[in-house]
Amino acid sequence: MKKIIYLALCVAVLSCKKDNYDSPSVTLAGRITYQGEPINVSSKDVTFELWEPGWGKNGAITVNVNEDGSYSALLYNGNYKLIIPPSQGPFRSVLNNETNSDTVRLQLNGNRTMDIEVMPYYMVRTPQFLLTGTTVGASCKLEKIITDVNAKDIENVFLYLNQTAFVDGTNYIARSSIAGSDIADLNNVSLNVEVPASTSANGSTGDQQYIYARIGVKISGVEDLLFSPVQKIDL
Amino acid sequence: MWVLNFRFDFLITEIMRKHILIISSFLIFILACNKDADFLNTAPKDILTDDAVWKSEDLTLSVLADLYNRYPEQQTITNWAEFTNFDEGFPSEAGNYWRTKQVDYPYDWWNLWDYGYFRDLNLFVQKCQAADQLSADVRNRFVSEARFLRAALYFEEVKRMGGVPLILEPMEYNFSGDPTYLQHARAKESDIYDFVIAEMDTIKAILPDDASIKSRATKGVALAMQARAALYAASISKYGVNTPTVSLAGGEVGISADKSTAYYTKALAAAQEIISSGRYSLYKKKTEDLQDNFASLFYDKSNNPEVIFAQDFKLKSGKVEDWTLNNQPWSSAEEQQGGRVNPSLNLAQLYEKLDNTYSPFVTNTGSDYVYYDNPLDIFAGRDARLGGTIILPGTKFKGVPLDIWAGVMYWKNGQYNIITGDNFGDQDSIPVAGAPKSSQVVGADGPVDGLQFSAQTGFYVRKFMDQTVGSGQIGTRSEVWWVRYRYAEVLLNAAEAAFELGQNDVAATYINQVRERAGFTIPLGTITFDRIVHERRVELAFEGHELFDNKRWRLAHKVWNGETISAADLVTNIGKADKVNTMIYGLWPYKIYNPGNANDGKWVYKIVKPSNVTAAHRFKLGNYYSQIGSDILSNNPKLIKNPNQ
Repeated sequence: MKKIIYLALCVAVLSCKKDNYDSPSVTLAGRITYQGEPINVSSKDVTFELWEPGWGKNGAITVNVNEDGSYSALLYNGNYKLIIPPSQGPFRSVLNNETNSDTVRLQLNGNRTMDIEVMPYYMVRTPQFLLTGTTVGASCKLEKIITDVNAKDIENVFLYLNQTAFVDGTNYIARSSIAGSDIADLNNVSLNVEVPASTSANGSTGDQQYIYARIGVKISGVEDLLFSPVQKIDL
Repeated sequence: MWVLNFRFDFLITEIMRKHILIISSFLIFILACNKDADFLNTAPKDILTDDAVWKSEDLTLSVLADLYNRYPEQQTITNWAEFTNFDEGFPSEAGNYWRTKQVDYPYDWWNLWDYGYFRDLNLFVQKCQAADQLSADVRNRFVSEARFLRAALYFEEVKRMGGVPLILEPMEYNFSGDPTYLQHARAKESDIYDFVIAEMDTIKAILPDDASIKSRATKGVALAMQARAALYAASISKYGVNTPTVSLAGGEVGISADKSTAYYTKALAAAQEIISSGRYSLYKKKTEDLQDNFASLFYDKSNNPEVIFAQDFKLKSGKVEDWTLNNQPWSSAEEQQGGRVNPSLNLAQLYEKLDNTYSPFVTNTGSDYVYYDNPLDIFAGRDARLGGTIILPGTKFKGVPLDIWAGVMYWKNGQYNIITGDNFGDQDSIPVAGAPKSSQVVGADGPVDGLQFSAQTGFYVRKFMDQTVGSGQIGTRSEVWWVRYRYAEVLLNAAEAAFELGQNDVAATYINQVRERAGFTIPLGTITFDRIVHERRVELAFEGHELFDNKRWRLAHKVWNGETISAADLVTNIGKADKVNTMIYGLWPYKIYNPGNANDGKWVYKIVKPSNVTAAHRFKLGNYYSQIGSDILSNNPKLIKNPNQ
């Protein structure tokens, strides 16, 4: 019996060396930007990939982009390759001069803040929200950024309202839309949406005295919508 | 003396204790090795060797039976929860509510990369072809059956993944340290469809042309699979233009638009070969009750003229299924469970009125309810497949009346108030003067919102349900089969192919045969795309078609677009192919308590969204073709990823 105990002790002592790896501790953070201005997207939808070559198996580290265009990832120091898959986001990747492709080489040696510059199809400029009675009105200017052969039309412009700060195509309690073909002047796009009588219809948070609004732009042939920043509106 | 004796005993025990291991291993050695030669020559009883198998017809059939048993499925009666991922059914089981709370479908759902099965099929084809001790007829049939299964697996792969490496020989590793010669690139999506279509042309002449064979490959199912595969390829070719980004430059995903006519022609020809053979026909044994007739089609296994190919089950054989156990109504349940798949109102309201028009169930006139004498009255005058597919309030199952109602509406202070319970058949006292002290306030089948096994949409599923006593018991279960191919689908495939080829009259002839069996007396004149989509949804509900149909028509990202739908949205645009269908709704009956009023004891209905339906489903472009696992991609650098993921 004693022998077994000694044996177990030996196993326990010998096997518990210090762990082989530290946990990832280097933060890579930044924003997805166009000319330094962050691009707002929907929540949990847009991702990009980090690849660290040199290991046996290939597998990407997927990094989520937040609603306001920011991102952050906890990583190890090392040499990474960053790519934005072509299906992601309401934008196109910019040609990287170093790799002559959309791949960006990325050296991590301690915390790093890096904005990723992309080419959006459009930008939502000067969004304004105004509450009149029980109607939220929104107006903005849509600037067409990509105008060459890759240019795309606007399919729809939406105005979303939600109870929480997550406002996008799957998180809303009210919305209105205007078809791209009905927009006469991209410099002057305006929409109205009625605030639902009970803002608690979608949850158990009770009636609340404020609501969040956001303008979303669906570009034809592009899955992810482009958004304005979220605006809190007091009712 | 007794002391000595004791000592001796002690000694023996001591020896025994110390050397027990040695003694016992010695004994084992002696006893086990009675004769070396016999021992080492014992034939294994748990594996079949090549030498033994390919001589014997019976053993070869056993190997083939195993291959049949691995036939790939997605939604099937042995995997009930898969039916609740989209909009046909709600999962009334506590562990599966996440299915209606999840917005996005993960990209790796429905992925399939079963090259182990491919290898076994290729080995079977190779070895059975060389089995010269089997008679030629038997051997050819076996080989053709394996080729049928291999084509079925390639068809399933291409439905889910797009083009996959087309491997038709068993591959062997030569231990050289360099496996690159085993790595194959993905074939084009059209190549896989072409392979399936060509295989069926070859084997249909060898397989038995016998409609009474249902669970093994026949000429009938070869043609039915060919028609279905050609139709899939044709619609991807035609409707792929609606999703230009769902394609790969090498053709691994996407089929060029110029091929659609050829595929539609092939699909129509294959379907018409079955139709003109006269071997199969629509099931019409119980024409006195068309709802019952439609339900029987799925459980009647004796001389069923409609079923072409099925996965069969047999009681007391170990191969039984539990669809009835999982879905039996609580009122007639044989165990403390059932009622899991609750068909949605979204599906129920698709069943037309008998004058060929779409109409939501009438719950209100203006601001007042519509009062029905009988709970079943609201469903009257509709497509017989409604009651044949769904167990409705006011009907019976296994002879027991269903008790589906959500509560009592009593009149007090100038308005209706609701009293209900939180368990099956709860009793309570209605707070009106003169009401009985205690009475039932909710049905024995529910619906109770959030109570698992209750009919949370107001409906239970009827298709494939077994009427036999004991089918709902864990110890017995059911031998109702899973119908994979049936004649009505062949007719609908023919109708769709004919419609797409501009032969509207031909399409109408086929579609009207299916509708006539469902009780429609006015034939449809012109066929539209919406009609084709609609007819498949109502005829083939709970048969595993919806996802793959919506994928091949490139409708999935429109129908499940992540947008919230309200009850008002639900009842508009019924019958439109691209109607948004992201959230499941239910229809709950209430009993009126208003003594002295004409409406007392009548029934009213409310459209309700179960509280566990919180998310609107979103099918993204990356869902059209499932993700290939990163382990598979790193093992074979020649593979390329599917688009939009």
